[in-house]
Amino acid sequence: MRFIFKTKYSQDINIAKHNGDRFWYSLLILIMVALPLVLDDFYLGEISYICILSIAGIGLMILSGYTGLASLGHAAFLGVGAYTHAFLLTNGIPFYASIPIVIVVSFLVGAVIGIPILRLTGMYLAIATLALGFIAEHVFIKWEHFTGGNRGLPVPQPEFLGMSFYDSVFFYYVCLVFLIAAMFAAINILRSPTGRAFVAIRDSEIAAQSLGVNLGLYKALSFAISGAFTGLAGALLAHYIGYLAPDIFNIFLSLTLLLLIVVGGMGSLHGTVFGAIFVGFLPQLIAICRDYLPSSIGSQPGLEPMLFGLILVFFILYEPLGIYGRWMKIKLFFELFPTYKRQTFKKQKVFTKSDRV
Amino acid sequence: MSLFEVKNITVAFGGVKALNDVSFGVDKGEIFTIIGPNGAGKSTLFNVISRIYEPSKGEIYFENQNISKTKPHNISKLGIARTFQNLELFENATVLQNLLLGRHIYKKTNILSEVFFTPSARKQEHEYRLKVEEVIDFLDLQHYRDTLINGLPYGVRKNVELARALCTDPKLLLLDEPSSGLTNEETIDLGFWIKDIQSLLGITIIMIEHDMSFVNKVSDRILALNYGKILASGLPEEIKNNVDVKQAYMGE
Repeated sequence: MRFIFKTKYSQDINIAKHNGDRFWYSLLILIMVALPLVLDDFYLGEISYICILSIAGIGLMILSGYTGLASLGHAAFLGVGAYTHAFLLTNGIPFYASIPIVIVVSFLVGAVIGIPILRLTGMYLAIATLALGFIAEHVFIKWEHFTGGNRGLPVPQPEFLGMSFYDSVFFYYVCLVFLIAAMFAAINILRSPTGRAFVAIRDSEIAAQSLGVNLGLYKALSFAISGAFTGLAGALLAHYIGYLAPDIFNIFLSLTLLLLIVVGGMGSLHGTVFGAIFVGFLPQLIAICRDYLPSSIGSQPGLEPMLFGLILVFFILYEPLGIYGRWMKIKLFFELFPTYKRQTFKKQKVFTKSDRV
Repeated sequence: MSLFEVKNITVAFGGVKALNDVSFGVDKGEIFTIIGPNGAGKSTLFNVISRIYEPSKGEIYFENQNISKTKPHNISKLGIARTFQNLELFENATVLQNLLLGRHIYKKTNILSEVFFTPSARKQEHEYRLKVEEVIDFLDLQHYRDTLINGLPYGVRKNVELARALCTDPKLLLLDEPSSGLTNEETIDLGFWIKDIQSLLGITIIMIEHDMSFVNKVSDRILALNYGKILASGLPEEIKNNVDVKQAYMGE
């Protein structure tokens, strides 16, 4: 087991807590940078998609995992990002200018939607965000001038830094850079007062309020930040799909994002990446499994959503902390070997919470 | 002139008057205890002060300023901090994070400087930490800095909540049953700390408490409530011998 000897307050503030962190994360980034040397275009495309999903996952994680507000309509923000980006590119705005605009637009959309919607809590909030997803889909269909309606909207693939987005290696690097940047931005938000205020709202609204956290403002801010991340992911997704149609941003995509953060592990940024890998490869895995199943089951069209739902339920029941939680347990098992006890992670039931304030 | 004054506060939930025309004043540097049987309206009074409940009538003054219309999240900025009867800690965060939230009202950074974690954001974290460490030393929490609240025993949690309130650098501290659920030794420690908060930090304290020996030891003045009305108020000795208070508690 590693004991960190702390002599400075900055050690608690820094992102990397010790040299081990620095070493492993640098190694990870190196491997990611070197991947195009070994992998072919198909796998690079898949990994780019996973990077995009991770960025969207970070957005939803900040809202649901850290601020504790459910959203079942997050595909709406992916759509806002994607359409804004495609629209700007079509009108001749270069890539490097379009991305910041997309981020600001989705931030503002998040704030404007967040202010009224976040007066709701729990189940009602979930239903409202579900409705938001449907409304957004219809707006994408009806607002033809902007989105091309049901005909769809081709996404221009401009040159950027002298490279084309058709080049899958280049696109992979773009996605990777944005993922790393998004990760740092999210970590920075979470280690500063705003991130702590989010966690406070999640754990006890009343205490947060009495410590000076403006609930309305911070909930809206959380929605806006979440929107900004998801919008950025949407812009990259536009490049990935190449041709936007409103039915891409449907309820199923929203649920995929939800599955991503639950499977990855609520309340951890690691979880967004784990979840994205899981969600990104799951359809492939299901496609492979179909071949081995009897055709009466294997050729059923609803197999995929059903499995998604089943997995979601099983994770909530048996591993509420997701893949990241499982990883922590395995890590602790080896750190404490042979004295590990299963009880370590058993949550103590506390009967001090009540509705009385 | 009192530091804090409650004037004719009435709170009605439908037909039930949880508080009925309650008035009192607290002087600077005092330890003022509110006692009363269950349902007397003590916690309601606290929730009115921290602006969670809207009073039907009456005003509250803090440093001669009417705070009856202040937004709940601005109360702590004025210098009023509180703890809760049933702990309201941020359970999935560490003790340190809980305490750092106590410094939230002093936040100067905006979202952009936080996204890029500029040197000013880092400096602010350092400043927060210095104050938090003072409180940690004061309440002997050194041991628990990086422990999640989930894994702490009840007594320590109570202590963390007190620490979190102190981190806001309050002028007035509202303690809702600080000794409930504590062991004898912990209660004795708490008594010393409360006295220290009064004398060393110069903080005025209003506290709700049931443990009468504890109350008599630490309080300067006591107010007894029953069914939302003031039964008596005065020095601990007077309250102990008050006929109405005896009747409310023992039904003589």
